[in-house]
Amino acid sequence: MPDQLLYAMEAGLNGLMAGVMYALVALGFVLIFKASGIFNYAQGVLALFAALTLVGLQDGQVPFAHLINAVFGTDLHSFGWTLPAVVAIALAAGVMVLLAVVIEKLVLQHLVNQAPIILFMATIGMAYFLEGLGDLMWGADIKKLDIGLPQGINETIDTLTYNAFGYGFFIDNLDIVATVVAAVLVISLTLFSQYTKYGRALRAVADDHQAALSVGISLRFIWVLVWSIAGIVALVAGIMWGSKSGVQFSLSLIALKALPVLMLGGFTSIPGAIVGGLIIGMGEKLFEFWIGPMIGGATENWFAYVLALVFLVFRPQGLFGEKIIERV
Amino acid sequence: MFYREAGDFKTSYVEDSQTFPIRFDRWRYYAVVILAVAVVPFFINDYWANAVFVPFLIYAIAAIGLNILTGYCGQVSLGTGGFMAVGAYACYKLMTAFPDVSILIHVLLAGGITAGVGVLFGLPSLRIKGFYLAVATLAAQFFLVWLFNKVPWFYNYSASGQISAPERSVLGVAVTGASATASAKYLFCLAILFVLAWLARNLTRGTVGRKWMAIRDMDIAAEIIGVNPLTTKLSAFAVSSFFVGVAGALFFSVYLGAVEVGEAFGIQKSFLILFMIIIGGLGSIFGSFAGAAFLVLLPVLLKNVLVGQLGWATDLAAHVELMIVGALIVVFLIAEPHGMAQLWRLAKEKLRLWPFPH
Repeated sequence: MPDQLLYAMEAGLNGLMAGVMYALVALGFVLIFKASGIFNYAQGVLALFAALTLVGLQDGQVPFAHLINAVFGTDLHSFGWTLPAVVAIALAAGVMVLLAVVIEKLVLQHLVNQAPIILFMATIGMAYFLEGLGDLMWGADIKKLDIGLPQGINETIDTLTYNAFGYGFFIDNLDIVATVVAAVLVISLTLFSQYTKYGRALRAVADDHQAALSVGISLRFIWVLVWSIAGIVALVAGIMWGSKSGVQFSLSLIALKALPVLMLGGFTSIPGAIVGGLIIGMGEKLFEFWIGPMIGGATENWFAYVLALVFLVFRPQGLFGEKIIERV
Repeated sequence: MFYREAGDFKTSYVEDSQTFPIRFDRWRYYAVVILAVAVVPFFINDYWANAVFVPFLIYAIAAIGLNILTGYCGQVSLGTGGFMAVGAYACYKLMTAFPDVSILIHVLLAGGITAGVGVLFGLPSLRIKGFYLAVATLAAQFFLVWLFNKVPWFYNYSASGQISAPERSVLGVAVTGASATASAKYLFCLAILFVLAWLARNLTRGTVGRKWMAIRDMDIAAEIIGVNPLTTKLSAFAVSSFFVGVAGALFFSVYLGAVEVGEAFGIQKSFLILFMIIIGGLGSIFGSFAGAAFLVLLPVLLKNVLVGQLGWATDLAAHVELMIVGALIVVFLIAEPHGMAQLWRLAKEKLRLWPFPH
């Protein structure tokens, strides 16, 4: 095979892996949108916050150390312990559930029946708040997240492809782990929503709020539940992105990347989020590979949005979205 | 007591349909204008101009622009930063290509160019609605910023990739560059804001504005009663982008002087201006002013209190500021989803009856 094609295949494969990462964030969006009709801009910041909390807990940092030091003139930094990864993850998940309860109590509860755009703005406000809170609690420096996931080039694939094509593909182990985790997550979420009592309640709420209320489903509980799940999905996404590129502010920007993924897939479809993620991930890598050098590179910044824009002009509800029916 | 329609007789149609039908409102309006034109310029110094007044005036223009699109026509846009960048770069290219022409003309032309770009990116709004459109405008934001970063022609092949405003003047008074005085900058921005706000106010209460609002309230119904969605939506995009482009041109040439596109016109700017119109009030010109004033003053105030008074580190203060802005947005949305403009409206209702309870 010609070299160009091989390189393109490698770029495409890496794109698929990156797409899985986007899909992980998009998944949280879809869950919340389906259950409450809220377009949760804060999902990316949730991932950042979760990752920061995880690192902070693992390293035994004192929360708000910076603030406490500034106010009381003390010199606190760390509790001096290091938690095992599993304990830290469990604790971080606990924090995310707690956060879901607080968000429901303080924000969502007061915004029932508001226009979707107002709710969207409220989540932007929440995103700002959480971003500040995360930095204030754990500090704004770039942190290294290491919970013992394998990293680096996958030797097996390298050797296999070298033997087959005479050119070894570079695939990061971490991306493979992410793919497996994403698959497990999607399968378990599907099972949960299809076969458990709460999953059924969740689907009922997604279908029709008022009808769900009238058969005795507690809307508030469902919201807490769904925000908790979204928080935990955010934690997973945060772990994956954090292990890949360190825990830092730019993590919250992947939320923006997840938006075109959602638009491609449709806001209400979990498979859509996955397929959209794969298309965007592969598309932007291939575009950067073939067209990028001709027009100056760094096309990844905007390719996803423009692709989604062009796509939407032809199919406004996305690939798997419900058909938009409008009545006067 | 003094805030009444009673006794203020209108004897012509012109009087009947004036912008401020209540006499007190009219006097208040004249007082504010006189204060802004004849008093502030004599007391303004560099700190006040750069920290408060000039950014406020420029952000007010941008907020009115976005309010026309989002508040009046109902098309949510997250591309404001990108359109401001178009205005800034258009202004820069014009300033350097035609040094002898007045900067005022350049700024207005920059607005016109931005209007063209806005219409182009507004075309998908005929197919895409709501959140989908909001995300689609992100394409404009990221693509435009990338374009200005990557194509050297836009920044005249300068080594740093930055653009910086040369000295230009209006009627012989320098308003850009190092030698421009605080009051000259202030008056230049004020004049443009005054004309544009007057234009926006009158556009929104005429035929054009009513069409926009009809589309906002329900586009299908509006179409059925004979509002053409193509021209209406695109005119909203054009007018809005014109305002935003003028704001971008001023932001670059008068306020900052030198600009790095990703930093000055990034996605954060789009959100900032969106917050201004939410906190101020969607679909209200007054709200645009109030929101711009609030979000310009708040960071200055917080910085003075936290860094100046309490002596905190700047990064700590920045985090607290982020939290406060975020919390305020949520609180505002819960307490008064229609923003400060609604509070103002309620206050006026109360004032009409005062001091009587009914």
